[in-house]
Amino acid sequence: MTSRKRAIVAGFTALGVIASLAACSTGGSASGKTELRVATFPPGADAAAYDAFATQEAQFEKLNPNIDVIGVEYEWTGPTFAVQLAGGSLPDVFTVPFTDAKTLLENGQLMDVTKEVTDLGYADKFNPIILDAVTDGDGNIFGFPRQAYAMGLQYNRELFEQAGLDPDSPPTTWDEVREAAKAISEKTGKAGYAQMTMNNTGGWQLTAGTVAHGGRTQVDNGDGTYTSTINNPGTVADLEFLQALRWEDNSMGSNFLLDWGSINQEFAAGNIGMYTSGSDLYTALVRDFSLAPEVYGLTVIPTEGEDAGTLGGGDIAVVSPAVDDTVKAASVKWIDWYYMQKLLNKDAAIADAKALTEQDQAIGTPVLPVLDRATYDESLTWIEPYVNVPRDQMSGFFDGIFDQTPVGEPKGKTQEVYALLDSVVQAVLTDENADIPALLTQADKDAQALLDGE
Amino acid sequence: MKRTPLTWYRGGGLSNLLFLTPMIIVFAVFSWSPIVRSFVMSFQKTNLITTSWVGLDNFENVLTDPLLGTAVVNTLYFAVLALIFGFPVPLLLAVLMSEVKRGKGVYSALAYLPVVIPPVVAVLLWKFFYDASPTGVFNTMLGWVGIAPQPWLQSSASAMPSLVIEATWAAAGGSIIIYLAALLSVPPELYDAAEVDGASVWRKVWHVTLPQLRGVVFIMLILQVIATAQVFLEPFLFTGGGPNNATVTVLMLIYRYAFQNSLGGNYGEATALSVMLAIVLAVLSFAYFRVTERWSST
Repeated sequence: MTSRKRAIVAGFTALGVIASLAACSTGGSASGKTELRVATFPPGADAAAYDAFATQEAQFEKLNPNIDVIGVEYEWTGPTFAVQLAGGSLPDVFTVPFTDAKTLLENGQLMDVTKEVTDLGYADKFNPIILDAVTDGDGNIFGFPRQAYAMGLQYNRELFEQAGLDPDSPPTTWDEVREAAKAISEKTGKAGYAQMTMNNTGGWQLTAGTVAHGGRTQVDNGDGTYTSTINNPGTVADLEFLQALRWEDNSMGSNFLLDWGSINQEFAAGNIGMYTSGSDLYTALVRDFSLAPEVYGLTVIPTEGEDAGTLGGGDIAVVSPAVDDTVKAASVKWIDWYYMQKLLNKDAAIADAKALTEQDQAIGTPVLPVLDRATYDESLTWIEPYVNVPRDQMSGFFDGIFDQTPVGEPKGKTQEVYALLDSVVQAVLTDENADIPALLTQADKDAQALLDGE
Repeated sequence: MKRTPLTWYRGGGLSNLLFLTPMIIVFAVFSWSPIVRSFVMSFQKTNLITTSWVGLDNFENVLTDPLLGTAVVNTLYFAVLALIFGFPVPLLLAVLMSEVKRGKGVYSALAYLPVVIPPVVAVLLWKFFYDASPTGVFNTMLGWVGIAPQPWLQSSASAMPSLVIEATWAAAGGSIIIYLAALLSVPPELYDAAEVDGASVWRKVWHVTLPQLRGVVFIMLILQVIATAQVFLEPFLFTGGGPNNATVTVLMLIYRYAFQNSLGGNYGEATALSVMLAIVLAVLSFAYFRVTERWSST
């Protein structure tokens, strides 16, 4: 080959590689419609969930012929969020938990939707405590609270029966929880009670246990500063409860490295009698972890102590700060239609329930109202014929939840403090001689250092 | 002859350059730019949207983090355990296998099999083996010989050794193949001579095999030290750094800085620690090059 020919071949090779690299970053719509990328489900959702979504997508596109909805698999995880946002691969519409909303808002990572929320008439309908989570110091609103939950005690009815316990009268005090856990583990060999410990969920659940025992892990000073109060009687009581179950009763099984996903997996596999997690968990347990619905039971977390409450949270539908005005308008339309209308409009609620039931998706999972309670109760009557979750197996929760005091998650450095508390919970569950007061004194000091930094 | 652009072109310089271009672009985009970027980032505070320069603050924060000491000690502990378990075992197996007369191929294939299993799959499999209940796979096996169930990953004391056992199992195959190849280069006359002198199998290994392998053994040692300094997969998948930070390694700590705290993770501190780790590893690699140079020249 002459050198000229070689140069030409080489040139084409180089061009080819560059062209294929460039092809990785195509975008834009050829149809002239506004492309709207919206969050759908976490990875692992079953095909029927996507079929139900496709039905709703078609309904929305029929109403809004200029918008082309593209579903994007999405799960809120801290590690990927900032990278997805910076890399531009975040959906235009997605959901974030209450706890992270304030920080995102302060970082300028959420789109201001004050005008849209007001125009749609939601501003004065939201539960004010919940709306506060998405409002900045100047009263600007940065998202639509779409769902809230309270912590609940999840239990396996089958294991209750095998242990000679009545699944229709679940424990109502921590002592009864301990007794039930002991009975389950003695009679069935399974973990009577389990606890999340990893990837910040250990701290999350310890905080929930603290609140249920009348304590608080943090005080909001109201001036942007926070005081850590991790070393409080509530936290001590919760850790002593765990210590007793683990080392005196040996009723917690043998796995003490669990997070949200792995504890759900173990529970769905029938290896766990009881654990605490969000009341809205049923949908994920059945859809993503293949739980058999008939074994599921849910009741309220026992609350003991003067200032006891139930930790709650929820999530907010938000718009990516990176979109232009056209996409923003489309995003708000989608949020209103997909997340909000079913909460306050009878026809929308029924249409939504219909689309979901046709694909066997959960309807009627226990949540807390994001709008006022009356609207919530009314909305339940609209969808009653479609409710397919076993609500009678959750009656302990429905009967008790509105008598409990809702408590929001700590706002200062939430995830960082949770991470610190992970190792406290792990120490108590894996070291028989763990010194609870010493662990808490150290954690309190470390947490305060985190809160004081910046 | 004087070099001019024309002679460069006639000599195929242009086509060489064009052939190199795709490679250069790929390396620059995917390899060199992230390295430069992370070095720059170690002097910044950034959430990837807004960025400000903070000088050496990140390095200072990392060096004063109480967890750094734990992570360094844990990493060294892993490295030492990996040397104790992971270094002699493949060597011993290779020597034994080289003594086998028949079915050598079958043994090599069996030894190499764990390397073929994707690491994540292997860890998930071992997580199952390490089930700490009396009915767990390993605990059942221990029960056969009358040993009480072990907590494996569920205790600060036994978590790290458990990780090392799995890591050794996963990596031994590759080392065995290298040792086996090196063993072939040992001149058979040496064994014959030793045999004539009446040496036992053990003395043959000690006085002939090992001295002949010393070059390879030393290289494998340094490679292993560099690899264990970067251990991440096992603690990340097995324990998430627990129980009670017993398996937090330097790389786990880097990951935690960057990703654990979700919003606008601490990328500056993560890259600062990465840069420090890279410097330490660069020194080790330099030593490695110097040593291998000496071995190959003798």
